[in-house]
Parts: sequence; C-alpha cells; structure tokens
Amino acid sequence: MAIISYREALRAAMRDELKRDENVVIMGEEVAQFNGAYKITEGLLKEFGPKRVVDTPISEAGFIGLGIGASMLGIRPVMELMFWSFSYVAFDQIVNNAGNIRYMSGGLINCPIVIRGPANGGTNVGATHSHTPEAILASHPGIKVVCPATPYDAKGLLKAAIRDNDPVYVMENTILYNDKGEVPDEDYIVPIGVADIKREGTDLTIVAHGRAVITSLKAAEILEKEHGVSVEVVDLRSIRPLDEETILASVRKTHRALLVEENKPFCGVDAQVAYLIQARAFDELDAPIGRVSSIDAPQIYSKKLEDLQLPYPARVVEAALKVLA
Amino acid sequence: MAKPAVITHPESLKNPAGPSEYSKHPVNSSLTKEAKIALYTKMARIRHFEQRCIRVYQQGKIGGFLHLYVGQEAVAAGTISLLGKHDHIITGYRDHGHGLMVGMGMKECMAELTGKVTGCSKGKGGSMHYFAPDKNYWGGHGIVGGQAPLGTGLAYAVKYRGEKGSCFTYMGDGAVNQGAVHEAYNLAALWDLPVIFVVENNGYSMGTSQERSTAHPGCLAKRAEGYNMAWDVINGHDVYEVRAKTAAALKRAHEESKPTVLEIFTYRYFGHSMADPDKTYRDKEEIKEYRDKKDPVFLFEKELLAEKVLTPELVESINAAAMEEADAAAAFADESPEPTQADITKHIYWEEDNRGKNSTSSGTIIFE
Ligand SMILES: Cc1ncc(C[n+]2csc(CCOP(=O)(O)OP(=O)(O)O)c2C)c(N)n1
Ligand SMILES: [Mg+2]
Repeated sequence: MAIISYREALRAAMRDELKRDENVVIMGEEVAQFNGAYKITEGLLKEFGPKRVVDTPISEAGFIGLGIGASMLGIRPVMELMFWSFSYVAFDQIVNNAGNIRYMSGGLINCPIVIRGPANGGTNVGATHSHTPEAILASHPGIKVVCPATPYDAKGLLKAAIRDNDPVYVMENTILYNDKGEVPDEDYIVPIGVADIKREGTDLTIVAHGRAVITSLKAAEILEKEHGVSVEVVDLRSIRPLDEETILASVRKTHRALLVEENKPFCGVDAQVAYLIQARAFDELDAPIGRVSSIDAPQIYSKKLEDLQLPYPARVVEAALKVLA
Repeated sequence: MAKPAVITHPESLKNPAGPSEYSKHPVNSSLTKEAKIALYTKMARIRHFEQRCIRVYQQGKIGGFLHLYVGQEAVAAGTISLLGKHDHIITGYRDHGHGLMVGMGMKECMAELTGKVTGCSKGKGGSMHYFAPDKNYWGGHGIVGGQAPLGTGLAYAVKYRGEKGSCFTYMGDGAVNQGAVHEAYNLAALWDLPVIFVVENNGYSMGTSQERSTAHPGCLAKRAEGYNMAWDVINGHDVYEVRAKTAAALKRAHEESKPTVLEIFTYRYFGHSMADPDKTYRDKEEIKEYRDKKDPVFLFEKELLAEKVLTPELVESINAAAMEEADAAAAFADESPEPTQADITKHIYWEEDNRGKNSTSSGTIIFE
C-alpha cells in the first residue's frame, strides 16, 4: 500500500493495463511526447513506445471515432480528452456510434472503448471548458459512466473500465488530481456499479459523486462538530450502472436524504436518485429529499463567483439542516 | 490568385532583413504618416498589454487560462487595419490582440481577465471569451475550430443583407484539423461566401509542432484547393506584407463574394498558455532567433524609422504611453468590483433580462 496522488493512481492503472493486455492503446492530444496536458500519462511513451501511446491532432470526432472503430476489432483504446467539454465536438461518435453499435447489431459487435479526462468546474476556465456531462451521457442506454472521487477509486475504476466490454466514460476532476490517498500496488479493480459508503452515520444520508463527495465529507465534519449530526456519505462512484441498493439501504437507516452534485439541476444525476428514493423508500422518509447542485447558469468565469456557483461545504451544511429540521 | 509552392516557415522568412518589399504596395504607400504611426502604436499597445497581463497573472489575479499574443501582433494588426464598416472578425481563445485592434479598451480587457464586473463580458467570459459586437468583434472562442462555422455564418449574414463586407475568421495551425473547419470551408466555397479564413501558423499547437499534427503537401493554406478556394501565404513578421496580401483577399470578398484561405507564418514567444512551462518541445534558441531577428513590432519600428515616419523620441513616447495605459488598466481592474451572486443567473435568456417585453414563453426556466 502506498500513498499516491489521484493523478499517479490513474497513471498506475494505465501502466498496469498496458502491461497486462497488448491490445490496450493510449491515445489523445499531447498524451505522448508532451507527457499529457495534466501529466496523467507522464512516462508512458518512454516505457511503452509510440505504438501503444499515441499523440493525436486536435480532431476529437476523428480520433474518438477511430478508437470506437478499432475497439470493434478488439483493440482497447483508452482515449484522453483534455477536457470532457471537448467531447461535444465528438458527440455523434460518443453517443450514436459507441452507444448504439451493440444494440443495433443485435449483440454481434462489442465496443470496449474507454474515454477519460476531467469534467469539472472550479478552475476559472469559463463556460466552454467547464461542462460535467455525466448525466447527459448516462441518459443513453449502452453507455457506462463512472466518476471517481479518490485515488483508490480512480485506479480501480479505470482498470475495471479498461477490462469492460462496453464503452465506459471516466470523468475525472482537475481539482482532485493532486489529492493523495492509499492505493494498493497489487492488482485490484473497483467494480463498476458499486457505491461506497465514504462515511458512516445515522441521522442523514448524503448521496454524491466526484468532487461533490469531498465537499460533502467536509460538510459532514462540520455538521458533526457544530450541530451534533451524524451524516452518512454515499459515494456513487458509478452513475450508470447505479448502485440503487446501497442508496436505499442508507436511506432506510437514516430516513433523510440530501443529494449533492456539481451538475446543473435540470435532469441532473440527482433527479434520477430522487425518483428512486421516493419510489422505493417513500415510507422511510421523515422529510422531503434535499438537493444541492451548481447554480443554474453557464459556468461563470469570475473566480469568486464560480466558487459560489459550485456546491461548497457551507451550502451543503445549510441544505442538510433544512432536511433535518 | 497567388499559389506559391512554399514550405512552412520557409528559409526566406528567416532573414527578413532590410526594408519590406511591400512598403511600396498601394495599400501601404497610400497610408498617411499619421496612419502609419497609429498602426505602430496599436502593435506596441498589444505588446505592452500582454506583457502587463503576465505580471497580473503572476500576482494571482487572473484565473484559468491566459494565452498571450506576444510575437503575433502583426497578424491582427495588419489584417484588422484594413477592415471597413461591414467587415467582421471572429477568432479563437488567443483573442486579446484582435480585441485591442478593433478598439476595445485596455481597461475593460484587463478587468475581464480579473473577473470584474467592469470587464468586457462583465467577468463572465474570461481571457478566452472577449466580445465586442459593437465593433464587429464576435469573440473570443474557447473550443478549437468552433469559430470557423460561426465566421462563415457571419459572412453569410453580410451577404444576405446585401452589404459589401466580409468576415475574417482566425484560427491556429492546430485548428485546421477540426472537422468543423472543413465543413465551413466547403460551405464557404459552395455558397460563395465573403469569408477570409486566416490561419495563424505559429508553428505549434500546444506542445505539438505543426509537422506532427498535420498531413500537408507544403502549406496549410493549400488545403483550400480541395475546396476550390483561393489561398495565399504571408510572412507574418512584416505587417506591410500582411496588409498587402490581405487586401487582395478582402477585394475578392467584397467584389466577387468569394472566400480565401490565408496562412500567416508567425510565432508565439511564450508558452501555449501561462500554464505551459514551455521547456520540452522547442529550443530556446529557436525562440531567441525569432525574438532577435523577426520581431514584428521591432521590424515595423525599424521600417518606419528608415522611412523617417518615426523618430527615436517618438518610439520612446509611444511605448511609454502604452506601458502607462497598461498600468492604468491593471489599476482599474484592481479597483473594480466583482460581480455579485445575483449576476450569475443574468444574461442566460433574453427573455429573462427583458421581462414584460414580447414574452413568448412562460414557466420555470432557471432551476433550483
Ligand atoms: C475541441 C478542442 N480540443 C482541444 C482543445 C484544447 N486546446 C486549446 S488550444 C489547443 C492548441 C491549438 O493550437 P493552434 O490551433 O495551433 O492555436 P495556437 O494556440 O497556436 O494559437 C488545444 C489542443 C480545445 N480548446 N478545443
Ligand atoms: Mg499554433
């Protein structure tokens, strides 16, 4: 067990899988010679050579479509998007081609592609670079979406994604890249579709994913210290498949739920989670389900304002107290 | 139309010593002394503004990305100096130089970078998203190549409205590989639209040299042939040459309503953005070579000194004034207020900003 960063954990996952399976190929803008725009792929070109680690032109529709095509013949491309925001120029490939090919071929064709990269706000890069498309993409059957919040989950989920036989879209967060945590050296995966209780509690369930998990854990500390409330934090880890049972079990225990995510509210991941809770645990609820998402506007550039637009611990605390009232 | 068989960054560009062979071109020889001084002043202002931005960034007052235009000044200056009433411009994220050239103020530009409400986009857009539609400047676009269809559309609108105009649509050497650019090329040629695609070839897209990103038979502009478009290549270190060759494209747009692809060879002195340490993908020597021998501002200064349009004293006072203006802009940005939380949900919909006027919809539109 070593203490490594989220960035190193992602890199370790790719290195392991490059070694394990000769069909794994890393591809993306600046991933090879420049060692990655965020240095996630640092050293991989040197270790594995230009056949396995490939720089692409700025042609997302082209190279992602190419990866999808190659995956149909058994290659396992792991494509880096410098930002998930740039997936929008490749939307047809990502949704129509990757998401439908298996279904439309009656199960004859697999599409084992992984697309990974950061999807987050909070770094003042403005509206075009701050999209969080996990809900949009997860709304398409045929596609899997995961959002790791910790180094351990980043490595385990990415390895699982690479071994998965369907398209898996891994949404990371530039603000988490330097976060450190314990990560085993030996081979392990985090199965896709298994949520994780990041903190146990009895009075309130907070459901979150990605960086919102970290925000919620901070809020949980404050709620405990300043308000004597015991909060359970459920980290979804995977958006689709969704671990419905873990969410429901927690709500049955605490009888109150607050949903926290960085998405904009309309049809966010939490809209699906709220439906689930009221449909299957209605009688367990002692209060209406609470919700914290980003303020509903394109991402503002201004630093102070962007920090207010995103969920932050004080806002989560306030919303939690309402659910507890 | 000119179709020289050139290789990118040809040898001849490496030593453009001596006076510009384009100084006698009518578009340049017809310039008054005042106009030449004004053009030089604008280039110097871009240079000093950008250099001031570096300091503001280093002070931690600018968030996100900051892509500098230092080294490329002659491209925006040369092309935009020709623009008339119905000529429009649109570019990518390296957009400060174009903004200052169309007449945006340093203050509103600097305040945008520091996210203040006095910024040109009220602190909502940032460095990559400058806009000044009142000056025919349509941005400032963060997604590589995304502006190419928009520029084509602006040209379409100009033609539709029966105006004698055009749209200058700028992009980098890396952007030419976006599908949207090719779709825009085809539409522009197919529908005879007065758009001028300006490829600012600074040799690199982030850490990727142009040769590593693009399959090309000589130069990027030549791709225009595949779409039956006119094209030309330009030494972007010589503002006179930029003006001379751009004038031909502008004439083609105005008089024949035909598109052109111009590839302008230029160079950026700093990293891709301030986040790029710029240590791995190019030699320090290469940067020095450009700075020392091909600096567009310095070359134009030399040219105008030789023409006796400028004097050393004038050069000094112009540069001092530009620096002072940049300092004042930084102070203005410092003193300006931030937007408020209520501002976050403004400017999303016209209808929300103009309640009561011509509403065509109702219902919840901004969600909690
Ligand atoms: C669709 C898309 N992909 C990737 C990026 C990230 N990115 C921003 S600028 C850039 C390099 C562009 O280089 P070039 O077109 O040569 O312009 P320059 O920066 O040299 O002015 C990249 C890859 C982006 N903004 N949009
Ligand atoms: Mg470039």
